[in-house]
Amino acid sequence: MNNGIEIRWHGRGGQGAKTAALLLADVAFKTGQNVQGFPEYGPERMGAPITAYNRISDSKIRVHSNIYTPDYVVVVDETLLSSVDVTSGLKKNGAIIINTPKSREEIAEKLEEYSGRIYTVDARKISEETLGKNFPNSPMLAAIVAVSGVMDRNTFIKEMRASYQHKFAKKPEVIDGNMKALEMAYDIVWSAVEGDKMSLSA
Amino acid sequence: MRTDITQINEHTGHGQLTEGLMIFAGGTSKLFKTGEWRTNTPVFYEDKCKQCLLCTPVCPDSSIPVKDGIRGDFDYDHCKGCGICAKACPFGAIEMKEGVQ
Amino acid sequence: MAIKERMSGNEAVSYAIRQINPDVMPAFPITPSTEIPQMVSTYIANGEIDTEFIPVESEHSSMSAAIGAEAAGARSLTATSSAGLALMWEELLLAASNRLPIALALVNRTLSGPININCDHSDSMGARDTGWIQIYAENNQEAYDNFIQAYPIAEHESVHLPIMICQDGFITSHAVENIELIEDNYVKKFVGTYTPEEFLLNPSKPISVGPYSISSYAMEAKKNQEIALENAKAVILEVAKKFKKISGREYGLFEEYKTKDADYIMFIIGSAAGTAKQAVDELRTCGKKVGVLKLRVFRPFPAKEIANALKGCKAVAIMDRCESYNGNTGPLGSEVTSALFNNKVIIDTVNYIYGLAGRDFTVDETKAVFSELEDMVVNGKKIEQHKYIGLRK
Repeated sequence: MNNGIEIRWHGRGGQGAKTAALLLADVAFKTGQNVQGFPEYGPERMGAPITAYNRISDSKIRVHSNIYTPDYVVVVDETLLSSVDVTSGLKKNGAIIINTPKSREEIAEKLEEYSGRIYTVDARKISEETLGKNFPNSPMLAAIVAVSGVMDRNTFIKEMRASYQHKFAKKPEVIDGNMKALEMAYDIVWSAVEGDKMSLSA
Repeated sequence: MRTDITQINEHTGHGQLTEGLMIFAGGTSKLFKTGEWRTNTPVFYEDKCKQCLLCTPVCPDSSIPVKDGIRGDFDYDHCKGCGICAKACPFGAIEMKEGVQ
Repeated sequence: MAIKERMSGNEAVSYAIRQINPDVMPAFPITPSTEIPQMVSTYIANGEIDTEFIPVESEHSSMSAAIGAEAAGARSLTATSSAGLALMWEELLLAASNRLPIALALVNRTLSGPININCDHSDSMGARDTGWIQIYAENNQEAYDNFIQAYPIAEHESVHLPIMICQDGFITSHAVENIELIEDNYVKKFVGTYTPEEFLLNPSKPISVGPYSISSYAMEAKKNQEIALENAKAVILEVAKKFKKISGREYGLFEEYKTKDADYIMFIIGSAAGTAKQAVDELRTCGKKVGVLKLRVFRPFPAKEIANALKGCKAVAIMDRCESYNGNTGPLGSEVTSALFNNKVIIDTVNYIYGLAGRDFTVDETKAVFSELEDMVVNGKKIEQHKYIGLRK
């Protein structure tokens, strides 16, 4: 893969990190890109640390190995920061996105060996506000789309609505909440990304 | 390779055998004359026979032919000489004799 | 018109099964192939196909039921992995010796122990001498395409043998990737309906399947089985040619990727071939003459063709995702070197063992293998002949 991006997801069994990686592959596919979305299977248990991956590219993807030098890392569960080396191999010009109520400055202290960009999003809060339950994967999916720019907001929102309408055909009442979660998370992270661009150019 | 089983014997080349040695016909056991395995031979005394037909169903090789409710002489092409029929006969109408008869 | 989609390898094979609509599927679930019977059951429950699904109590039973159904005259298939395939062992040989064109969707997973659910080829390689045709896939696309070609190969009158369509557990079975699907009507026409000349459930023409054979016949029967497997080679190529007409995609006994002028070739099977091709592209930009020979058809083993394809290079890395425990080489190592020797192609080879029980295999490791081959040929460096990649020392 020469011109694509590579993403690594860290989560815990049951939080939907694998589902989020597959959903990302799904929406990126719909925008005409070549995609890969795959989990790394270990002892699959509720709560066990799990890893999932995405490759997204304009050209055909042939590599079938895990991702060791990702462009982006998504951490769906903040508690993993103390047990998993989440920034391992993460490119300096890439970014890490973490589900946490903490500020990026607080997180930066924990990730002191990593000098790249950090984005935080309180996915639990967003999820609880919009869905009434803690399903952090939808907000995290929106966050990685906003940071990586694999597609624009309109396309993402349009494709995700279609995707949810299919996925939740039997419980349409959850679609609006999920869409709201996506939009909130996207906008929060997008403004942080834009802020960084401004300060860089200033 | 749909071969007539009567044309196959131990000299047939592999090219003439059936796929998976499948047998493409029914009731082919009739073609194998197991009577040559016989070392003792049942002899049928028609005069003592009451036609009770107790012997017929116990024969493991269907070698006691019955026609119109009347049993006939043994089918020696397939009878292996096991002697079960002689034991089953209440009238002494079947006697086992040593050797191939 | 191709249908552009994205799906996992398991989804792709299940999709092919839906399009084929076979008669009978007995199956018992095992990771990582469980999704296949699960998805096929869903198609059945939704009324999309009328396949008779038999939930059995073990893989011993699933293969037995497939044999019974196929002999009865029904187009049959099953899916399994690892220990499931091992439990079918006795029946695998029966399916082949009774000349029944059953299809098996195999999702490769290591055999215990240590107990592990991830990919290597020890399950299918262990079944390499059971008389089945074995075709391997690099990705979801190939798993799908190979499955569509399975019945036309297996049911061909000069073959009549069971066929195993293999893909790498998790690596392709659970990875969602782009895929081009073929419309239902094209697939249905391509695969056709199953009309066996003779079958057990035909009261007007009784037959016996699997009779006892005395020594004066059994050896001839085995030779005939071997001839049928040989015949499969030409049939596989013929079916591939027809498949190209409906798909535009080309298949052979193996794929030669940039090997024509290559000094160093990696001989590999399955999903890791994609990783190796990526490495080849990167090395080619640095002027290295390297290539990949990806084996698609392992049974029948195209020995002559392989020897011919490799004869121009200086050294070959033969990659085994399976240990053979013979103190010499892995299964591919043995078969490729014997193919070279028997065809008087004397070149350097190194047998590498990689990716056991899900150990990852990377672009960088591929590059290291190529540089080791070069070091051996150019500088005369002695290389361990049965070498593990990515092993902690």
